[in-house]
Amino acid sequence: MKYLLLKHYRTDPAHSLSCEPMDQWTPDEVDAHMQYMRDFSARLEKNGEWVDGQALSPEGTFVRYDGEGRPPVTDGPFAETKDLIAGWMVIDVESWDRAVELAGQLSAAPGPGGKPIHEWLEVRPFLTAPPTVTE
Amino acid sequence: MNEPLLRELVPAVIGVLVRRGADFASAEDAVQEALIRALDTWPEDPPRDPKAWLVAVAWRRFLDAARSEASRRGRELAVEAEPVPGPVPAEDDTLRLYFLCAHPSLPQAAAVALTLRAVGGLTTRQIAGAYLVPEATMAQRISRAKRRIAGQPLNQPGDLGTVLRVLYLVFNEGYSGDVDLAAEAIRLARRVAALTGEPEAAGLLALMLLHHARRASRTGSAGRLVPLGEQDRSRWDTRLIAEGVLVLQTALSRDRLGEYQAQAAIAALHADAPSTAETDWTQIVEWYDELLRLTGSPVVRLNRAVAVGEADGPQAGLAALNGVSPDLPRYAAVTAYLRERSGDLERAAGLYAEAARAASSVPERDHLTREAARVRQLLRR
Repeated sequence: MKYLLLKHYRTDPAHSLSCEPMDQWTPDEVDAHMQYMRDFSARLEKNGEWVDGQALSPEGTFVRYDGEGRPPVTDGPFAETKDLIAGWMVIDVESWDRAVELAGQLSAAPGPGGKPIHEWLEVRPFLTAPPTVTE
Repeated sequence: MNEPLLRELVPAVIGVLVRRGADFASAEDAVQEALIRALDTWPEDPPRDPKAWLVAVAWRRFLDAARSEASRRGRELAVEAEPVPGPVPAEDDTLRLYFLCAHPSLPQAAAVALTLRAVGGLTTRQIAGAYLVPEATMAQRISRAKRRIAGQPLNQPGDLGTVLRVLYLVFNEGYSGDVDLAAEAIRLARRVAALTGEPEAAGLLALMLLHHARRASRTGSAGRLVPLGEQDRSRWDTRLIAEGVLVLQTALSRDRLGEYQAQAAIAALHADAPSTAETDWTQIVEWYDELLRLTGSPVVRLNRAVAVGEADGPQAGLAALNGVSPDLPRYAAVTAYLRERSGDLERAAGLYAEAARAASSVPERDHLTREAARVRQLLRR
């Protein structure tokens, strides 16, 4: 079963990180964090659970159709938005529980003082193709 | 099996089919099919004459395709008899293929894909893997490109500028998938330089060789980006540097300067220096001036400011940023570096963090985040 793990750039207090932004950590803390993330995806790849992952730039905009013969409306770059997608990872695992377990591990990535950053990650199951056998 | 040798043969085999009367698009498809079959069967059963094998298999594929097309449309095609190859030299064919695949009417991504397939001899699957798109998407991109250039005669001189641009793009793509695109671009640039004898083609080849020579030192452990100043210069490939310098000198002696030669000259000055401090920055600034005169590019102006900062101090570097748009990618990164060198750590840290947010790749973003963290640590002391 495939699941999407979504990472957000959060600005609302309920979900934002409790620690400072990464550029205020020490270089060693930054390195340790990045190493943890790399090890995490390498482990998934080795397990046969990794599908894909990408990081996204915080720059971007919302776009909407604005009627015949008119250019699309763009609104942004997210001036009012509290929630931006920072990146995503697709995993293919045995169960929902396994997906949650992995998201929990990812959220335990180290931050200042080597302590887990407790980042909120969103886990969403993929809708799949309908099965061949239905009765 | 010698896969590079197999790939070398592809453009010549396409040339043979075209000379026998096939149109470019069908010939290219037929050769691609023959190539895939060769990759499949040669490891077990290598042919004695690889080129003759490819020609025979591709020609049969072409005839089969043309016949089924003909019967589908219910009309005859005059491709039954196998004509004798004409006396056109194969080298010219290859050059014309380069021109056709990088035709100015093609979107860049399409020209890149078509060049890698028809001239580079890569399979659609390999190209798709290198550019991280599904194979079906890449196949569509290539066939749309071929439809777009259908009817372009293969016997006309083309635009060398677009060919060089395409190869430059391939080189800059780096490496993902099982194909080393940088090495592939060098192989193709070598060929174009030899076929055309143009100084700019040689300039591009020199530029590639000089950058490729530093490849091993550019990434540290775990994919970390290592900036020029911190690279372990003992790991630079001196053989590639020597070759790059020689190719460049020969090109420059022709006295027809172009942007690739000027860029290669800058790369050669870096390659020649034992350290950042011992680099001939004054001469590098002069080459940037040439490059600016040739291109007028704002990116060149931005990079020039870094060189000015090294040659005449950070204040001069900051002054050289006058008139450069802050919207440019890497503007914040360059300013951060110059601010730090001028002793303004507070602003440098903020600018590095800003640069990290604007970064266009993960290694670059991580590097700039680390720089911000490093400068903030200096501030806390």
